[in-house]
Amino acid sequence: MHLSELRMNGRNVVGGHGSGEAIVSRQPMSFFGGVDPKTGVVIERGHDLEGRSVRGKVLVFPGGKGSTVGSYVIYGLRKYGAAPVAIVNVETEPIIIGGCVLARIPLVDKLDKSPIDVIETGDWAEVDGDLGRVLVERRRSRG
Amino acid sequence: MYLTKEQERIFNGEEGETKELAMKLLVAIGDVYEAPRMIDVRSAQISGVSYKTIGDPGLEFLREFSSGKARAIVKAMVNPAGMDLVRWVELGIPEEFARKQLEIMQCFSKMGIEPTCTCIPYSGEAAPLREEHLAWAESSAVVFANSVLGAYTNREGGPTALASSVLGLTPLYGMHIDENRTPTHLVKMKCQLKSDLDYSLLGYWIGRNLGSCIPRIQGLPALCPHDRLKSLGASMAASGSVAMFSTEENGESKNAETVTVDRKELLEVGRLLSSERDFEHVALGCPHLSLEELKAVADLVSGRRLAKDLWCFTSRHLRDVAKTRGYVDAIESSGGKVICDTCIVVSPMTEKGMEGLVTNSCKAAHYLRSLNRVETRLMSFEGCVQHALV
Repeated sequence: MHLSELRMNGRNVVGGHGSGEAIVSRQPMSFFGGVDPKTGVVIERGHDLEGRSVRGKVLVFPGGKGSTVGSYVIYGLRKYGAAPVAIVNVETEPIIIGGCVLARIPLVDKLDKSPIDVIETGDWAEVDGDLGRVLVERRRSRG
Repeated sequence: MYLTKEQERIFNGEEGETKELAMKLLVAIGDVYEAPRMIDVRSAQISGVSYKTIGDPGLEFLREFSSGKARAIVKAMVNPAGMDLVRWVELGIPEEFARKQLEIMQCFSKMGIEPTCTCIPYSGEAAPLREEHLAWAESSAVVFANSVLGAYTNREGGPTALASSVLGLTPLYGMHIDENRTPTHLVKMKCQLKSDLDYSLLGYWIGRNLGSCIPRIQGLPALCPHDRLKSLGASMAASGSVAMFSTEENGESKNAETVTVDRKELLEVGRLLSSERDFEHVALGCPHLSLEELKAVADLVSGRRLAKDLWCFTSRHLRDVAKTRGYVDAIESSGGKVICDTCIVVSPMTEKGMEGLVTNSCKAAHYLRSLNRVETRLMSFEGCVQHALV
């Protein structure tokens, strides 16, 4: 196994620190109807994370979509102990911002490298929501 | 973004945790959209009220948010709830649902937020004036306020509108800035819009095909009835991320792309939302019925007996006025129901194995099909009432 470190700088949207295993989606996410707030499992049919849990992970995806009720689902994830430890978006929007503020989950976006291309599921990621930085430790070798 | 000393104190938690959370939310949004500062709003209108949509996470949040000392400091209103707050037993709402819905309403009332429970807050006590800034969340009301009333509001979400209600502020960006309100598309009508349903179909076509846009629609009749503009705006806000349209024939529009719409386009979107089948339930009032529409229903059914269920959704405020004018009695003595505080989309009324229903609203059809998995058939307003009569 090959270990390498990668640093990315972006925009600090919601403050705080969170680190954990990354889970990466290439599709926008709707938390309302798309994620079960009590388990953290993605339930949207046909979504590339369908059936996987975001609990305790650094969740990386392009951005939010759907109803603003999604903010309450993110809050619910925290309340029921199933929240991601941090969120990294390509470009974020008010549903995700709202959810992260209410649930106190660090959120960064607009990084100098595309996070959905550079970070892979299983990598270790540290998110600094105050400075807008992401540090990635790659756990798998790649070609 | 720039904050005044007072706003900074709130941001730092010196006025309690709830207001701090509200300010942090608005500042995060403001920073993302590069708002230079906050502006005052005249009113806030909050979405995410029905227990059916917000569920336990929403209720838990509202419980916590309302447990602090923060209170609404501007006129604050809410979207439709999940049931008629008075007649829920008669309408077959499960008791557990009702208990949680009533608790949601208590959380709002504790914060001084009024139980208006309507998607047409401009009809009645809270009509905004031209150029007033608002923080409204109901998407059809946002379009109506920006386009017809000349007020200024972004498409808020439930949490941001709630934050605005306790702070009286919103970040200055988007639709609050004049230069962002110029039409992006010219929509030329090649056919005449005959019924209210044609307006709803046109709106749906615009949102579906142009997405996030500000359309200037050319070829509408002068002095178009407000109820038709309400239908037009509601459906474009449901199918696309639209916050405003213009009906001025010759206004400013920079580099606007031109599209033409003929009857063919309207029929095309109609087919997406309308089944050929016959259904036993008819729902009117998405958005909520105005007083004029309640009168129109009353005139059509007065002295006759309905053969199917006819549900007329409106606000409690308008229902009370309609009651004093005899419209409610005319509708209900024919077998119809005037239902307040809720609507067909956010109530559990469709959950008891309903196959489908007839409506005049593309917005209702859109959500009934996607969220509620209920079939729909579209007819004009008058067509719906006639359908319920035979």
